[in-house]
Amino acid sequence: MFATIELRNPLVAIVLFAFFGSALPFPVWAQNAGPPESTTWNSLKGDVFEQKSIEAANGIVTIDAPKRAEDAAIVPVDLHFKTDATSGRIKAVTLIVDENPSPVAAVFKFGPDAGVTHLATRLRVNAYSYVRAIAETEDGKLHMTETYVKASGGCSAPAMKNTDEALANLGKMKLRVFPAKTTGLASMTRATEMQLMIRHPNNSGLQMDQVTRYYIPAHFIQGLTVSQGDRLIMSMEGGISISEDPNFRFEFDAKPGEDIKVEAADTEGKKFRDEWPLESSGLQESKPRI
Amino acid sequence: MSYATRRDVLKTGVLFACCGVSHARLAMAQPGHSGPLPVKQIADGVFAFAGTPAMMTDQNDGEICNVGFIIGDEAVAVIDSGGSVVEGKALIAAIRTQTDRPIRYLINTHMHPDHLFGNAAFESTGAIIVGHHNLPRALESRGSYYLQSYHDAMGSDLMADIRIVPPAKIITGEEELDLGNRKLSLKAWKPAHTDNDLSVFDQHTKTFFTGDLCFIGHLPTMDGSLLGWIALLATLSGIKAEVAVPGHGPVSSPWPQALEAESQYFDVLARDIRKAIADGVPMSDAVKSAGESERPNWKLFDEYNQRNATAAFAELEWE
Ligand SMILES: [Zn+2]
Ligand SMILES: [Zn+2]
Repeated sequence: MFATIELRNPLVAIVLFAFFGSALPFPVWAQNAGPPESTTWNSLKGDVFEQKSIEAANGIVTIDAPKRAEDAAIVPVDLHFKTDATSGRIKAVTLIVDENPSPVAAVFKFGPDAGVTHLATRLRVNAYSYVRAIAETEDGKLHMTETYVKASGGCSAPAMKNTDEALANLGKMKLRVFPAKTTGLASMTRATEMQLMIRHPNNSGLQMDQVTRYYIPAHFIQGLTVSQGDRLIMSMEGGISISEDPNFRFEFDAKPGEDIKVEAADTEGKKFRDEWPLESSGLQESKPRI
Repeated sequence: MSYATRRDVLKTGVLFACCGVSHARLAMAQPGHSGPLPVKQIADGVFAFAGTPAMMTDQNDGEICNVGFIIGDEAVAVIDSGGSVVEGKALIAAIRTQTDRPIRYLINTHMHPDHLFGNAAFESTGAIIVGHHNLPRALESRGSYYLQSYHDAMGSDLMADIRIVPPAKIITGEEELDLGNRKLSLKAWKPAHTDNDLSVFDQHTKTFFTGDLCFIGHLPTMDGSLLGWIALLATLSGIKAEVAVPGHGPVSSPWPQALEAESQYFDVLARDIRKAIADGVPMSDAVKSAGESERPNWKLFDEYNQRNATAAFAELEWE
């Protein structure tokens, strides 16, 4: 028999520990089987988007995630974007895992002519939870889509597997370029698919220092910018719900011949940067120039 | 940044530990055992119990992994406490059918709940809990999650007594424990099954308790480093043991043949994942088919293979 887990123990008290000195109650775990009411989201919405109204996405943004989080620490999530003349392009996308201790996983912002049509990343999912994407289009409207992810069974936990390895290679980056799946829109640009990987524990600060008995502060990538030449492709403000070794695969309109530049900063103030020439569309790993 | 402070809090929030929530234990009948755990003597003074290859549930009291104990002239060492306090107590009862010498050590082979949810049962014995130097860190970041996530499968009655009890004695590298004319060699390994794997070798009978570095029958689970585990197999197979007690599988098992099945699984999984990465297949697609040819060889394949593939993909992408 395979026993799925459902986190519904109301006695389990979860609180948010705020670095700003205040503590907020964390919404109770989903009470029912199957995709439940978006209770958590309803109480979260105002904190993230204030009073702005949010429409159904109607295909402007779509989200794919496994129904069951096989590995709670690494749940692949795929976003596809499809806009038209009425809505205008997508300016920003917010990715939220309702039941995580830090629900806002990331906010991505796209450059005006970046043409990002697809973005995949990996999330930690702590419990049965909705994972939702809210896209903001140029007309200022918000469009939301969501999917329900069940926590995996067994000893899978949303924690680091190999802490020392992640720390030993902190900030190391890797960029891969894939053959374009779609053809370019204009002669000077063409859709290119890329994958950016950054070594970082992106940890939640859950561990207690065994000597001092204080919790080790959270340590994660909080800002990331990907550009080509002087052109912004996308930026990210991130949190601890992004998996360790943050990983982004995205499709955008590339300009041939211009370098890809990545800059990232973590919560300890460390800055990481790298730069790669954009080679022809072969499937090879781009090596840093220097 | 244009958002309010609470939003920063939402992003940087830290999940506070909620372990050790102690409910008054219901005086009603507990599930499971009435008697001692049915252990088997596998060598002179060495006893082990073979867990069932299954998920932990209230039906099986979490008794899914192998646990054991070794009796010296002065004292007893226990290897893993099992998946519930019920199992831990039944293990203590089994020890008491063999000897009344004190239980000096409870060795935790690693962080997984099936191996240490029984720790609290040993508190009254005065046993010193022994673990890998990374075990406290691993339990700090997972303990409260484990207690929540097993709640439904195990049920309130079984979970009521379970607490995360970290080791009091830490092993770095290799160390000997003496039970009175009987020495055990403990070895803390580099990341493989987890980043806190500890093995126990009884020098007298050359019995090797591998913890979850060795799986037989039950599909291995990846929670450390696939590459580390593959690299470790050669070292492990060089250990001159007479027999082994794997973390999961027959008690006892011939050594080093006990490693053959998992070695093949790792090779197949690594090969499939490497090919997917080279072909540019995204993780979400690659994990659906990787390792599939190994399905007939294992129990719990559906429960763990995609998870293993996911972890392997994230690791091998950095090669
Ligand atoms: Zn196990
Ligand atoms: Zn294990």
